[in-house]
Amino acid sequence: MKTESNTKPPAGIQSLESYRAIAPSGTVDLIFNLAGSLKGTSMLHVNSTRYGGGVAEMLQRLVPLLENVGIHTRWEVVQGSNLFYKTTKSFHNALQGQMEVITQDMFEEYSRINKEQMDLIDLESNVVIIHDPQPAALIHKKKDSDKWIWRCHIDVANPMRKVWQFLRNYVNQYDGAIFSLPGFAQKLAIPQFLIYPSIDPLSDKNKDLSTEFINKTLEEYTIPHDRPIILQVSRFDKFKDPLGVIEAYRLAKKYNDCVLVLAGGAAADDPEGMEVLGRVQEEASKEKDIYILNLPPDANLEINALQRAATVILQKSTKEGFGLTVAEAMWKGKPVVGGAVGGIAVQIVYGKTGFTVNSIEGCAYRIRYLLNNPEETLIIGKRAKEYTRRNFLITRHIMDYLALMKTLRNN
Amino acid sequence: MKEFHFVGCVEVRELLGRRANDIEKLADILEDVPIDSVYYHMHSYFLRHYYLPGTYPNDFANWVAIQVRDRVLGEKLAAITPAGERSLEDVRQDLIEIIYSHLSESRSASYVVHGETFHFMKSHVIDIPTGIIVHNLHEFTEALKIVDASAIYNHTFETRLRDKKGRSDFAIWLNETLGEKELAESFERLDAYMYSLEGLRNKLIEICAEKGHL
Repeated sequence: MKTESNTKPPAGIQSLESYRAIAPSGTVDLIFNLAGSLKGTSMLHVNSTRYGGGVAEMLQRLVPLLENVGIHTRWEVVQGSNLFYKTTKSFHNALQGQMEVITQDMFEEYSRINKEQMDLIDLESNVVIIHDPQPAALIHKKKDSDKWIWRCHIDVANPMRKVWQFLRNYVNQYDGAIFSLPGFAQKLAIPQFLIYPSIDPLSDKNKDLSTEFINKTLEEYTIPHDRPIILQVSRFDKFKDPLGVIEAYRLAKKYNDCVLVLAGGAAADDPEGMEVLGRVQEEASKEKDIYILNLPPDANLEINALQRAATVILQKSTKEGFGLTVAEAMWKGKPVVGGAVGGIAVQIVYGKTGFTVNSIEGCAYRIRYLLNNPEETLIIGKRAKEYTRRNFLITRHIMDYLALMKTLRNN
Repeated sequence: MKEFHFVGCVEVRELLGRRANDIEKLADILEDVPIDSVYYHMHSYFLRHYYLPGTYPNDFANWVAIQVRDRVLGEKLAAITPAGERSLEDVRQDLIEIIYSHLSESRSASYVVHGETFHFMKSHVIDIPTGIIVHNLHEFTEALKIVDASAIYNHTFETRLRDKKGRSDFAIWLNETLGEKELAESFERLDAYMYSLEGLRNKLIEICAEKGHL
């Protein structure tokens, strides 16, 4: 038996080789071989911010790895005015189904900024991936020989029609669109592809931690670890149903002594989030074993430690895009009880890698079930980790992008 | 002697933008979706669930049983596997006939109440050489233990149906190149739809061991 390829990564940048012991056996070689068949192809990613938010976080990890496997990859960011950002924030909300007032001035500012950026950004590349609505109108700069893809990261299952119709005119000029869930597909004249988001197992949020660090984190937040910890990590947002989580915990607590931790963030400039946090704190104050942690956005190691310390992890959302906190928990070998919505239902295979639930009572029941069946909990956690290894790690994401590039080239 | 190249694969999934919320609509759409969509929903399960044998091995049966909660129809659809000489078009017709027959026997059409909509998709499979090349049975069985599971999928399912070879690449190579007719037949007799890819890998290795090739 012999091996055909062995590509050495350039020194000094994040290397795909670091993932060899983590990704499924054979995956790293497959990526190198697939990338080898795309040698000489260039790729450009364009979004609206280099720091903060899931897309930027993902590109920070993906771009160097794509470069590492031999795809010449660049990442450009559009710069806009205050009115532009206000407009795109409204677009974002409207595309997720919220009613927004968007004036003609706002539409015009969106088009003006995109036109201005076309002349400032080098948009020449064999494959151009435009992320989300902000830079979508850059498509006017497309050369016939290049392939442009619109990558939509948001839940557009029920968009506000006026905004979607405006955006669709641009999207239909692309060679294809990528959505994160089948339910987000739209009526478009172009091919629509499905690519799930991913987590990076080597990032601060997911890398292995020492028991000492985990215990230190619990002590820092005065969380007892003499009893099972039930954890939900998410923004203080009504769709994450933190009050439902507290109610489910109360029902489970009648039968099992355990601790609840709700860890997340609420920005001061997000009045709705602050209001939800206030109500959660008020409810939590009625119980002695509920811990509410309002963490800063960069508390990745702390979240990692909390997830590793937990016995059962919840994501009891009532509305969800993809919900990568589920994959993060599963990667740590934890059973997840999640609301049967959006991407949670994709990540949790009922009864095998966790449980999806449809009510507070269902959530409480599954917490009790997992706490009382530790062997089953262990097996589910192990399966969850393997399922995540194959389906939701960054290595799979790279493979998907390369495979899409190959498909576009062949077409 | 002609060597065997293990070729893995990755699937590019394409959304067709067509969806069903009841089983009649499912049958309606099934009639005219591209045949690649039928293939996708009958097989893609394997690439998503390498380690987990699921409730049923195809998306139609799983959706009807779990989301629509029509267990009887789910069981009937699960019984369809594209084995033997049956083409994908035959499979499409079987699925449609079973659904319409079930509808004619039922008092009302089942539909999704609390579950998820069925979204029709199709896939393009991209072949990727694994770099593993074997020349004899010993090397072949050793390679089976380490090769990426997508290669097991590619040589078992893709080759049989989409490449229209009618048999798995493994069976063809074992028989035609190595003259291992009996072993090839054992591979072909295996009910591959009853395993996850990792389960299938283990079963193939077990068959080789039984035949004394480990």
